Amino acid sequence: MLLEITTTHEPAEDLGYLLHKHPGRVQTFPLAFGRAHVYYPECTASRCTAALLVDVDPISLMRGDRNARTLDQYVNDRPYVASSMLSVAIAQVFGTALGGTCKTRPEIAARDIPLIARLSVVPCGGGESLIRRLFEPLGYRVAATPIPLDSTFPQWGESGLFAVSLESTTRLSTLLTHLYVLVPVLDNEKHYWVGDDEVRKLLDHGEGWLASHPERDLIATRYLKYRRSLANEAIRRLREQDGESSEALDAETAEDASEARVERVRNLHEERHATIVSLLEANEATSVVDLGCGEGRLLRELLKRRQFSRIVGLDVSHRALAIAEDRLGLDRLPPTARARIELLHGSLLYRDRRIEDLDAAVLCEVIEHLDAERLATMERVVFEFSRPRLVLVSTPNREYNVMWESLSAGEFRHADHRFEWTREEFRAWADRICRTHAYTCEFTHIGLPAVSPEGHDVGAPTQLGVFRRDQ
Amino acid sequence: MTNEIRVPELALVVLIGASGSGKSTLAKRLFRQTEIISSDVCRGLVSDDENDQSATGDAFELVHFLARKRLTRGLLTVIDATNVRAEDRKPLVQIARECYCLPVAIVVDTPEHLCHERNAARADRAFGPHVVRAQRRAMRTGIGKLGLEGFRRVITLDTPEACEQAVLVRERLWTNRAEETGPFDIIGDVHGCYDELAELLRELGWTLRQRPDAPEGDVELEPPPTAATRKLVFLGDLVDRGPKVTSVLRLAMNAVASGVALCVPGNHEAKLLRALHGKNVEVAHGLAASLSQLAAESSAFRARVVAFLDSLVSHYVLDGGRLVVAHAGMKESMQGRGSGAVRTFALYGETTGENDEFGLPVRYNWAADYRGRAAVIYGHTPVPTPEWLNNTLCIDTGCVFGGRLTALRWPERTTIAIAARAPYAEPRRPIAPPETSTARTLQQEHDDVLDHEDVSGKRQINTRLHHSITIRAENAAAALEVMSRFATDPRWLVYLPPTMSPCETSEEPGFLEHPRGAFEYFRANGVTRVICEEKHMGSRAVVVACRDESVVTRRFGHPAATLGTIYTRTGRPFFGDDETTNELLRRIVAAATRAGLWEELSTDWLSLDCELMPWSAKAQSLIRDQYATVGAAATSSLAATVRSLEAARFRGADVESLLRDCTERLDLAERYVASYRRYCWDVGSIADLRLAPFHLLASEGAVHADRTHEWHMNTLARLEGDEDPVLIATPWRAVDLADPASEKDATDWWSDHVGRGGEGMVVKPMEFVVRGARGPVQPAVKVRGPEYLRIIYGPEYTLPAHLDRLRKRSLAAKRSLALREFSLGIEALERFVRREPLRRVHECVFGVLALESEPIDPRL
Repeated sequence: MLLEITTTHEPAEDLGYLLHKHPGRVQTFPLAFGRAHVYYPECTASRCTAALLVDVDPISLMRGDRNARTLDQYVNDRPYVASSMLSVAIAQVFGTALGGTCKTRPEIAARDIPLIARLSVVPCGGGESLIRRLFEPLGYRVAATPIPLDSTFPQWGESGLFAVSLESTTRLSTLLTHLYVLVPVLDNEKHYWVGDDEVRKLLDHGEGWLASHPERDLIATRYLKYRRSLANEAIRRLREQDGESSEALDAETAEDASEARVERVRNLHEERHATIVSLLEANEATSVVDLGCGEGRLLRELLKRRQFSRIVGLDVSHRALAIAEDRLGLDRLPPTARARIELLHGSLLYRDRRIEDLDAAVLCEVIEHLDAERLATMERVVFEFSRPRLVLVSTPNREYNVMWESLSAGEFRHADHRFEWTREEFRAWADRICRTHAYTCEFTHIGLPAVSPEGHDVGAPTQLGVFRRDQ
Repeated sequence: MTNEIRVPELALVVLIGASGSGKSTLAKRLFRQTEIISSDVCRGLVSDDENDQSATGDAFELVHFLARKRLTRGLLTVIDATNVRAEDRKPLVQIARECYCLPVAIVVDTPEHLCHERNAARADRAFGPHVVRAQRRAMRTGIGKLGLEGFRRVITLDTPEACEQAVLVRERLWTNRAEETGPFDIIGDVHGCYDELAELLRELGWTLRQRPDAPEGDVELEPPPTAATRKLVFLGDLVDRGPKVTSVLRLAMNAVASGVALCVPGNHEAKLLRALHGKNVEVAHGLAASLSQLAAESSAFRARVVAFLDSLVSHYVLDGGRLVVAHAGMKESMQGRGSGAVRTFALYGETTGENDEFGLPVRYNWAADYRGRAAVIYGHTPVPTPEWLNNTLCIDTGCVFGGRLTALRWPERTTIAIAARAPYAEPRRPIAPPETSTARTLQQEHDDVLDHEDVSGKRQINTRLHHSITIRAENAAAALEVMSRFATDPRWLVYLPPTMSPCETSEEPGFLEHPRGAFEYFRANGVTRVICEEKHMGSRAVVVACRDESVVTRRFGHPAATLGTIYTRTGRPFFGDDETTNELLRRIVAAATRAGLWEELSTDWLSLDCELMPWSAKAQSLIRDQYATVGAAATSSLAATVRSLEAARFRGADVESLLRDCTERLDLAERYVASYRRYCWDVGSIADLRLAPFHLLASEGAVHADRTHEWHMNTLARLEGDEDPVLIATPWRAVDLADPASEKDATDWWSDHVGRGGEGMVVKPMEFVVRGARGPVQPAVKVRGPEYLRIIYGPEYTLPAHLDRLRKRSLAAKRSLALREFSLGIEALERFVRREPLRRVHECVFGVLALESEPIDPRL
């Protein structure tokens, strides 16, 4: 990984003083993950370039990690791209320059000089626009050249890697500080464990510019690598610096991020749950299983209502259940509340005797995650074996997808959706279930129905089937 | 003089007697220590004080809990407590009933003064004589009614001498005839159809010698000459409805009396017996036929019939526990036990409490939930044809209603049936007509939905190759998620391939893996011949190909109109679209037809283990996100660095060694890119795909793990042909490990192959399954080429500094895993071929997926 810093300030050789590295020498510094070399590819009175070459030892990266399970943990782009390791190298090799001190040329260190930073390879999943959004507000002229994934297979598209050049007239310490904070933000990976110390580092280095940066929240979240409590703490302190209130922040999470991004209105999620809860109440269900309960949001709503004396959450993802257990605070619930709720690891594709004596079952945005050919099994598990008197099934209404600009034609709302149905398809499926398993279905919707720009009735975003068992 | 105490081998023995009566001493002398549950000990366990009366409630909860556990597990249990009051004994009788065991009472009625003396001699029993007196009084009031309380046997020891002289005799349970190994001819419900019975017996090879001048049925039976130990088993319902009830009874009674037959009672026998005992029963369901025919017989004959019917035991466990026979079936928890509930189940089965449209009770389908190891053969409910379900089989084919009389041969598991000469009675409920809509078996229909209980939690799977394999609960949980979210229909998953270990790490300069390591490994394990197969760089694909669509339904129970399936090593459908799958299957089926494999293997389906190329067909996203990204980052980063260093050198900076390093690393990065590119090509149509099968895993009736790899290679090579470029044969070499020239030849072949960028080779013992002196031997090890390993270990892995560190890799965990997964995969196929219930097959492939979630270095 290579960072080159060029100045056309004259005399350009001053760069050597500012960086504390003699242009005539090639110097090597040990790092925890390899070595860093500093040398000067060019050095004249009018133009001087210093190069920081970070040489990462790929094998040492894995040392001590005995739980590595996937190949990309062993073979990855880390040794070759600008990442948090570059930040570490900047802090260690150019520490004094980063701090803005220069004993020999203090006046230049304190002055804005013309500077260009060139990063050989910057990984940025957010694309060129994110690079611009991060650096342009800080006054940089940004040039980002995309690197093709493989020239033999142009159809594979871009790599998400860029050769980046940032040009500005600023203090060298400012440039280094921006790189220090923003390179890991672009990369969006962190090589070392994020701890409380990181919040302090971010706030220290962000002083004077981060609080007013338009992408402040994104920078904090990404820098702290999606560790929400840490990120929230940092954002709250930054907002306070900017004189904003820090209320109403805690609710925001990354759960269902992709779907939520498409469906924009976060309320849709809540509206679904509200509708489902009121249907369960109206039908006097007291024992309910949430099939595919995920991280337990609906369960939390059910727990609040005394009517539900037995609440079961079932999910196939062990991880989701662990999060649900944590979020619901199961180990802190008083015994009477704890006795009402149970989390089960299970699958809709296996008959499960643990859920065969409940009043109601909920399948909230779940069936579309099953392969169509395996739906038949789920139908029997739920409607034949479990056979509660009430089954609520919600699923996206595909017709409505035209209303979302971020979805291209034919695309599903979530990468894991195996299908999305039109209202007619859903009805046909539900009718067949009713015939086979002696249920009666009533159809309703969640969210506001809409008319497409072409004037078609596209229905509401979510469709809901209320299945009642025939007596 | 000895005093025999006879107790069934499985019973709940309740000791009854006052403190100091000598119960504990008696129990210790007669029973094993672990068989005795003492209330004093339990009181001590819950309170630290054996005499703390306040702990009595908790102590007895523990007594009852332990008793339940032991009895459920089939172990005789003795309750050592005073048990002097009826209310103390009531829960014990209840527990015995729940566990289908007989409660037995042993009353230790020691004279009061003796009890006092013994108690007085013990420091911890500082209670007055009134306690013993009260206990004895309580005991005396209830003791006469122990039979009414439910005790099936009461033994009273009323003197100290009786106690001292008591000797325990454990009686075998009547239902336990495990030592009878047959073979057996098991006969379904006869219902007085004597002519059909006689014909069936002759068909089975029995000789019937009618005694001259004796009534019909008074025959001497001789087993088939080829199987002199053969025995008949009558499944009950010999009587009622049919025309020749007495003849059937005569034959059966003679056969049982002469020791060539066993007989269990049916519900019709039970009712007839009640009628003959003079009980008031409703004369219906064909009972009139029996009564009128018996009325014409002598009273001596009737008495003999009563004695015979009285003697019948509810059911039998036979053949070392592998076979259970009962009239209406027998669930696992009741097998080999004797209690009223067991007898009721044997005679009538269990009902759900509902009635059907004919007013008959709806039967609980116990067979659908049956998970026992013993095969259960039963009758009672007429079925059109006998069909196995979860190792149970009903062979009542409604002879008396004009159906057939069926016999099952055990252990052959084949059936023989004789058509009824006439319908003798009208069934109240029509016998379910054969399913015409589908060709699927009862088992297949039942297997459409698997049960969570059959895969979850910690499991032990017994395999033929590797004995018992443990699946940990957390691994099973991971497999449940993968299986549910991504895998194809379980009915297709008859096999999942095992992981494969690399050969021993090579010390040759520049190599991490080299053929020598593989050859040495096998030689050290006593293998003399191995096969080297070219390792194709694609994706693992398991193919199930059926000769035509009907086979898919008939053999796999799958409703789809297709020729089979192609799935990945984790059970995911290989292609996202059915069209590609079907077209590829059509080509495989056509190739098998051209090669004549269907006839040669007498099969209409094949299961193949294959590699499907190109790699990019399946691994597109992996190649892009992982390999190409690393390649692009490495080449552009290093190229920029080299340019920058060259500029520095130009101005005289001392970067010579840095530049040399980076130039070399750039070269390695470019070789990395070249490596993965070799395995990628665009697939415009099926014709661009290549499928290389290397194991012909199984076909009807056979898992080909008993064939050599040479056979597999030669047989599968016949699928290759000019007609279809898609199917390709795998190049291979046989190596004689005693011949250095043969080994060198294979090594050269490998060097040449990997020198041209090939992935490498797989070395296997020539025999599919090898057990060495030190345990099972790896079924295969891979020897990967140095350039291929670049994409596994990183662009720069060949730099000496890296290679030396990478050599410190341990193969033990990977090898252990490979063996276990291999055994499970073969076991899955064997179970499928034997037509076992799907859950038994699924258990194994589920196990493979579960084991795959164990953390193992993915580079191995």
